[in-house]
Amino acid sequence: MLTERDRHRRRVVVHGLVQGVGFRPFVYALAREAGLSGQVHNCSDGVEVEVEGPTPALEAFVASLRPRAPSMARIVAIDVTEVEVRGGSEFEIGLSDSAPPGRTLVSPDIATCPDCLSELADPASRYYRHPFVSCTNCGPRFTVVRGLPYDRPNTTMADLPLCAPCSAAYAEPGDRRFHAQTIACPQCGPVLSLVRPGLADVTGQDAVAESRRLLSAGAVLAVKGIGGYHLACDASAEQAVATLRKRKGRGDKPFAVMVADLPTARQIVHVSPAEAGLLADHRRPVVLLDQRRQRPPGAPAVSASVAPGRTELGVMLAYTGLHHLLFGLSGDQPSPRVLVMTSGNLAGEPIVIDDGAARERLVALVDAWLVHDRPIRIPCDDSVVRMAGGIELPVRRSRGFAPMPISLPFAVRPALAVGGDLKNTFCLAEGHYAWMSAHVGDMDDWATLQAFDAAVEQLATITSVRPELVVADRHPGYRSTAWARRATRSPSPLHRGPAEQGAHPQLGLVQHHHAHVAAAMAENGHPPGEPVVGFAFDGTGYGNDGAVWGGEVLVADYDAFERIGHLRYVRLPGGDAAVRNPCRMALSHLHSARIGWDPAIPSVAACRPEELTVLERQVRTGLGCSPTSSMGRLFDAVSSLAGVCHRIDYEAEAAMLFEAAARPAIDGCPDPYAFSVVSGVEGLLADPAPVLAAVVADVLAGVGAARIAARFHLAVAGLVLDLAEHVRARRGLDTVALSGGVFLNAALTTLCVKGLQQRGFRVLRHRLVPPSDAGIALGQIAVAARRDSS
Amino acid sequence: MGHGGGGQLSAELVQHLFVPAFGSQGDAGTADSAVFELGGARLAFSTDTFVVRPLFFPGGSIGDLAVNGTANDIAMSGAMPSHLSCGFILEEGTELSVLGRIAEDMGAAARRAGVAIVTGDTKVVDAGHGDQVYVNTAGVGLIPDGVDIRPQRAAVGDVIIVSGAIGVHGIAIMSVREGLEFGTEIRTDTACLYPLVAAMLAVTADIHVLRDPTRGGVATSLNEIASAARVGVRLTEKALPVPPEVRNACALLGLDPLYVANEGKLLAFVPREQAEAVLAAMRAHPLGEQATVIGECVDEHRAMVVATTTFGGTRVVDVPIGEQLPRIC
Ligand SMILES: [Fe+3]
Ligand SMILES: [Mg+2]
Ligand SMILES: [Zn+2]
Ligand SMILES: [Zn+2]
Repeated sequence: MLTERDRHRRRVVVHGLVQGVGFRPFVYALAREAGLSGQVHNCSDGVEVEVEGPTPALEAFVASLRPRAPSMARIVAIDVTEVEVRGGSEFEIGLSDSAPPGRTLVSPDIATCPDCLSELADPASRYYRHPFVSCTNCGPRFTVVRGLPYDRPNTTMADLPLCAPCSAAYAEPGDRRFHAQTIACPQCGPVLSLVRPGLADVTGQDAVAESRRLLSAGAVLAVKGIGGYHLACDASAEQAVATLRKRKGRGDKPFAVMVADLPTARQIVHVSPAEAGLLADHRRPVVLLDQRRQRPPGAPAVSASVAPGRTELGVMLAYTGLHHLLFGLSGDQPSPRVLVMTSGNLAGEPIVIDDGAARERLVALVDAWLVHDRPIRIPCDDSVVRMAGGIELPVRRSRGFAPMPISLPFAVRPALAVGGDLKNTFCLAEGHYAWMSAHVGDMDDWATLQAFDAAVEQLATITSVRPELVVADRHPGYRSTAWARRATRSPSPLHRGPAEQGAHPQLGLVQHHHAHVAAAMAENGHPPGEPVVGFAFDGTGYGNDGAVWGGEVLVADYDAFERIGHLRYVRLPGGDAAVRNPCRMALSHLHSARIGWDPAIPSVAACRPEELTVLERQVRTGLGCSPTSSMGRLFDAVSSLAGVCHRIDYEAEAAMLFEAAARPAIDGCPDPYAFSVVSGVEGLLADPAPVLAAVVADVLAGVGAARIAARFHLAVAGLVLDLAEHVRARRGLDTVALSGGVFLNAALTTLCVKGLQQRGFRVLRHRLVPPSDAGIALGQIAVAARRDSS
Repeated sequence: MGHGGGGQLSAELVQHLFVPAFGSQGDAGTADSAVFELGGARLAFSTDTFVVRPLFFPGGSIGDLAVNGTANDIAMSGAMPSHLSCGFILEEGTELSVLGRIAEDMGAAARRAGVAIVTGDTKVVDAGHGDQVYVNTAGVGLIPDGVDIRPQRAAVGDVIIVSGAIGVHGIAIMSVREGLEFGTEIRTDTACLYPLVAAMLAVTADIHVLRDPTRGGVATSLNEIASAARVGVRLTEKALPVPPEVRNACALLGLDPLYVANEGKLLAFVPREQAEAVLAAMRAHPLGEQATVIGECVDEHRAMVVATTTFGGTRVVDVPIGEQLPRIC
C-alpha cells in the first residue's frame, strides 16, 4: 500500500520541437502505462507535464521521454522540478497555455504517414480518398501556422470548423488525431476543386478523376500543394513536358519528378539504401539520383525534355493524400506513373501560394487548376538533397526542413541575417537557436523581395525573435544588403509594436567567404576561438579588395579571417556575360595562362569571330572586366575547354555537367593535373596555368571529356590537400572547413573529405545547410551576432 | 574614384558634399537644370562639363555634345534654350586644328539648336596636366507660362515615353574608344531636343517630367525620378527600343542597354489622358519618329524601378554601383 510519504509530484518541462508532433498523446499513454496521475499541456516553452506517483515510476517516466518520443519530436532539454503533491488518480491532457509565445519550436511540414495512407485507401475508413487526411504524426505545419501556440485557431484552418466525429477524435486522448490541428475529413475538411477555363468547376473525387484524365491526355495542371502551387504534367509525355518547358521559359533547366512510391523510383533511377532512406524520409525531399540507362521491363518512360543532357534526375515521392490520389489507388484507371512536379511560378519569381495569383499569374502556363480552400501561409518549395560520400548534402533546404532550428555552439543576440542575393535564404537567431528560412529565391525580382518581407515577418512571429542586429553581405550591389540598410533605418519592417519603437537594429556586414566558412563551422558545432583552414570555393563573392573572390583559402575563426591564399586572378570579361558564357571564361583563362586561342579548341570554336575580337580586346585591356579568383568560373572554363558546355541556361550548368562527366572516370584515374602553388606577398597563389596547358594538350590530342574532367577534379582535390598541408605545417591547424557552392559537387566533396581525413585532418563539411549561398545566412549570424562571452 | 559614372556615387557626392557645402535648398541637383524667377521671368539654368574621349567619333564630337548637352538640360525644364557660355581647358601643345574643328562643330550645333554662344573663357594647363581639351558650357532659357516640368511631378498613372532607340551614343563612343567592331557602324544620336519638346508642349502644357537619359542611361534617370516623386516606375522589358546592333554589342561586352548613355533621346512622363496625343506629336517630329511607350508610374514599389520581363517576371532595375560587378554566384 502506497503511503503519502512515498508519493511525489514532479513538473517536467520538455523543450524543443514537441508541439504538433503527437507529443501530448504520447505523454498521456506513457503516464497511464506507468500508473501516474497528473496532466500535460502545451506551454510557451514546449510541453509541460506534471506527474505524480511513486519515485521509481516517476524516474522511469522521465527516462522514457527521450528514447520513446514520437519520431517527429526533437527534444532539446528536459527540466524536472519537485512540486507539491496534489493527489488524484487521473492523468489528463490539458488545453494549451495561452501565455505569450516563447521558444516553442514549430514543426516542419510532414509527409502523409503510413497510418493515414492506409485510411486513404480503406473504403471502410471515414478518410477513404480524403486528399487532406492527416494526423498528429503528419500533415502541413510550418506552411499553415500563423502564430503560437500551435493550435487550430493559429492556423490557416481556423475557418474550417470540425464536424462532430472529427471533434470527438480531436478530444479523445487515445486517438491518433487527438489535438491534431490539421485534422480534416470529407465532411469538414478543405474542398478540392478543378478549375478549367470555360467549364464548370468540379469538386471532390470528381476533381481528382478529371485531373487524372487531363494529365493522361498530356495537359499541364497547376496543383495546389503544401507550400505552394506545382506545375504538373505527365513526365513520360514528351509533348506535355516540352510544352511546359516552353511556356515557362525554362531553357534546359531540369524538372523534378514525383512518383508514388520507392519501387517506381527504382525503375527509373539507381537508389542506394541510404538514398532510399532519404527519399522515404518524412521530409520527402527531391533527391538527385542517377538515371537508369537500361530500365527494367514495364518501367515508365521519362521523356528527354525532363532533364535535357543530364545523367541525374531529381526524384521525390508523393507526400500528400492528394498526390497519392493523383497517382491512383487500386481500382482506378491507369494514369501517369511519373509526374513532372515543378514550382508553380514565373521564371525568377517565388512559388505561387495565393489562389488569385495562381489563377492570374499561371494562366499562360496551365490548362487547369487543381485547388483547395486551405490557405497557405508561407511559400515553401520542395527541398533538394543529394548524397556525397554517403552523407546527406543539402542543395535546397526548404519544405520538411524549415523551420527546424540549427543548434549553435554559442549564444547569439537576437539577430536577422539576410543571406545573399541568389537562392536567398535568411536566418533568425537567438540564444543557441538559428532558424533558417525556407528557400526565398533570387532577390533580383520584386515579387521575391515581397515574399522576403512576408517570410521574415512570419518566421519572426513563430520564433518570437526580435532582431537587435541585421547582418548582410558586404557586396555593394546586393539587394539583400540594401534591404538590411533600410531595415536598420526607421521606419523599417522590423519596427513592430510600441515596445520596439526607437530601438534601431544595428547593421552588421560580413565578407561573403568568411560567412561561407563560418556556416560550415557553426553547423558542425565548432567552438569559438579555434581557427580553422577554410576553403571557400564558389562562383562569385565580393572581396575586401573589390575583386570578385571565389577560390579562397582563409584562416578563420568566427571573429576574423585572414586570406592566406587564393586562385590567381584572371579577368572576368563582361561580368554576368562571362558567367552565362563559360566559353568566354575559358578564353580568359587561356589568355592569362599565355595559351594561344587555337581554333581546334572547342571554346574557341564556340565563339563567333566578332565575339573573339571583342573578347580579345577585353581580356587584353581589361575593358568591362573585373579581376576574379573564382573557382566556380575555373570549373566553367575547363568544362568549356573539354567541350562539355559553352553557354549556360541555368546557374552552374557547366559545372554540373562537368561533374557528371567526371564521375565514371574518377576511380582509378592515375594522373591528375596539378596546379602550381607559389608563395608570394599576397599569400599562397594557386596558379591554374599548368592545369590549363595540360587540359588543352589533352583536348588537342583527342582525349575524351570524361578523362579530362576526372583529371581536373582530382587536381582541385589535390590542391585542397596541398594547401591544407602547407597551412598545417606553418600554423599547426588541423581542422579544415569546406564551403561554397563548388562543394555542391559531390564528386569533389567526396574526394576532398576522404583525402583530408586520410591525412589526419578533421573536416567540417555541410550536412545541415547547403554549401552554396543558401547557407551563408547561418555564417553571417555566427560571425556578427555572437554574444560577448566576457 | 568612381564618382563620375552617373550612378549612386555621383548622387552621393551631390547630396552629401556639394549641397551641404553650398547651403543649397531642397531639391537642388535632382533636375537637369535649375529653375528660378528673375525679373518676373522663369528661367531654366544649367551647366555641364564635357570630358568625352575620343574628341571625335562617328556622328559627332565633343563640340556637338557640349552644345546639345547643356541645351537639352535646359529643354528638360520645358524652356527654350537661348544663350550659352563656354569655357575651355586646353592642354599645352594641343593642335589648333583640333580646337578649330571643335569650335566649328559647336557653332554648327548652336545654329541648329537656335542658341547663341554669347560668352566664353579659355585656360591653358601645362602639358601632362590635362588631356587636350575639356569643354564647359552653361546656358539659360525662358520657361513658358503654365509649364511646370520637374522630376517631383511624376504621378501614379503617368505614361512613360522614350523618344527613340536607347543605348546608341554609349556604344558608339565605346566602339571607337576601344577599337571594337560590332559589324555595323554605330553613330552617336546627339541632337538638340528642344524642337521636339516644343512640339510636345504644343499638345499640352501638362507634361509632368522630361529627362535626357545621358550618363547612367535610362535606368539611372528613371531611378532618380522614382525617388524624387516617390512613385513606382514599371517598365515593360520587351517595349524597350534597343536596336539590334546595340543589343549585340551589349551582349558581347556584358552591358545592360538600360545603363548605356544617350545624347539625343528624352524620357517623358505624361498624364495618361494626354499620352496618346503627345505620342502622336512626337512621332510626327523627326527627333521622335520612333517614340514609344515603355512603361508607367504605379502605386506599388514606390521609389523603385521594376521591369516586367518577357516571361512575366519582375526584375528590379536599380542604380549602377560604379562598376559592373556580377552578383551571380
Ligand atoms: Fe557564395
Ligand atoms: Mg546632363
Ligand atoms: Zn498521419
Ligand atoms: Zn470532419
